[in-house]
Amino acid sequence: MQILGYRRPDGKVGIRNHILIIPTSVCSSTVASNIASQIPEAIALPNQHGCCQIGTDHEQTVRTLIGFGKNPNVAAVLVVGLGCEGIPIRETAAEIATSGKPVEVVIIQEIGGTLKTEAEGLRKAAELVRQVSHLQPEKVDLSELSLAIECGGSDFTSGLASNPASGIAADLLVAAGGNVMLSETTEFIGAEHVLARRAKSKDVAEKLFKIVHDCEERAKLLNVDIRDGQPTPGNIAGGISSIEEKSLGCIYKAGHAPIQDVLRYGEIPQGKGLYIMDTPGQDIDSITGMLAGGATVVIFTTGRGTPTGSPIAPVIKITANERTFKMMEDNMDLDASPIISGEETIEQAGHRIFEEIIAVANGRRTKAESLGYREFGIYKIGPTY
Amino acid sequence: MKKQAIVINPKDNVATVVDDFPPSTIIHFFVGQSERTVQLLQDIPLGHKFAIQEIKVGEEILKYAESIGLATTLIQPGQHVHVHNMDTQRGRRDK
Repeated sequence: MQILGYRRPDGKVGIRNHILIIPTSVCSSTVASNIASQIPEAIALPNQHGCCQIGTDHEQTVRTLIGFGKNPNVAAVLVVGLGCEGIPIRETAAEIATSGKPVEVVIIQEIGGTLKTEAEGLRKAAELVRQVSHLQPEKVDLSELSLAIECGGSDFTSGLASNPASGIAADLLVAAGGNVMLSETTEFIGAEHVLARRAKSKDVAEKLFKIVHDCEERAKLLNVDIRDGQPTPGNIAGGISSIEEKSLGCIYKAGHAPIQDVLRYGEIPQGKGLYIMDTPGQDIDSITGMLAGGATVVIFTTGRGTPTGSPIAPVIKITANERTFKMMEDNMDLDASPIISGEETIEQAGHRIFEEIIAVANGRRTKAESLGYREFGIYKIGPTY
Repeated sequence: MKKQAIVINPKDNVATVVDDFPPSTIIHFFVGQSERTVQLLQDIPLGHKFAIQEIKVGEEILKYAESIGLATTLIQPGQHVHVHNMDTQRGRRDK
């Protein structure tokens, strides 16, 4: 099967053609968003980090910003730095530029204040628009698609219906040679042994057990209880009684394919098939990590309903809760509730999800895209110093 | 008849209701291929679970054929199974 996609200079394929403005520090985020506000085709990342972070947090922020810049849904990038932040501004831009796409840089302390930087940034961003606006999508093989799978605001319908149906769609894409990512380490707790049976090797299974163990140990280290945050009050009201129950329902959403590897947060997979990424259960941080890892489309199953979008990728919202679909139709793309009422099988709904992914890849805007929802959040483990 | 409750795996000891049901309702559901009934002892809201057999203190609550936690009280068939009478075994600072 073929889809329409933008072939980037590094050979990767995107399904959108965004111009992305990346502030390397929270201190340059307003300048980045001011520039984007005057360039209709540009999107600025609302970065809240980038300075005074150490160790893994610093690495994750760098990896996420670079990953967003390299993501094939992005055609061109303007990096906006303050000048004194911990993130290396020019190195970040240079690493993004290894993908071959046009990348420009403006630095507030070097140019001399925000007003001059915004003027220079506008000039450069407008030039980027002219460089990439003529690009047209071409027919490419479906195997070029990279799918991230997320669930959030879960209730009983997630585990029973929308997640297993998404799993069917994931299996279809893996069978077609595509890429699928499953994340949310918190929501492997109590289900990791089920997932580990599908690991490609003993080494991959051990990595999976380790990320779950580390996740639990981090909570203990802080003397907190995951029960205080998971399941969420909404999950509990919706009938989910424990993190184990939530996890067992969650893992269905990635289907049945073998697990190729376990990726760090924001890491780009080196092959095709199903990958697991170590992210928190929090939806925005999780989706952000998978997009930094190169995902170009997201399916998002929900029970309670949520508006989540993304700055650079379409997010397809699916619910199998009939009341939620009716209450939040503005935000829900696909109604999988016929599974619950018995009018449709999980396989049939899975095929409908797959068809929706194809339609969105070919250009149909999701509800979150049409409404301009662009949530972004980089996972942060430790304190900022 | 419209589906009332779902037992995901024949090993499970709880069923999930797909509508709101008042006490005394006789719920019909399938465990694998065989149809069974349980009379509810309490209100069971949409999406919540009830026991389909007696579950003793400390026994596993089974859904998806896996443990989702342990019973903290004796649970009778037809009773609501939720955070008030079962508890997670994972992600706890006391374990």
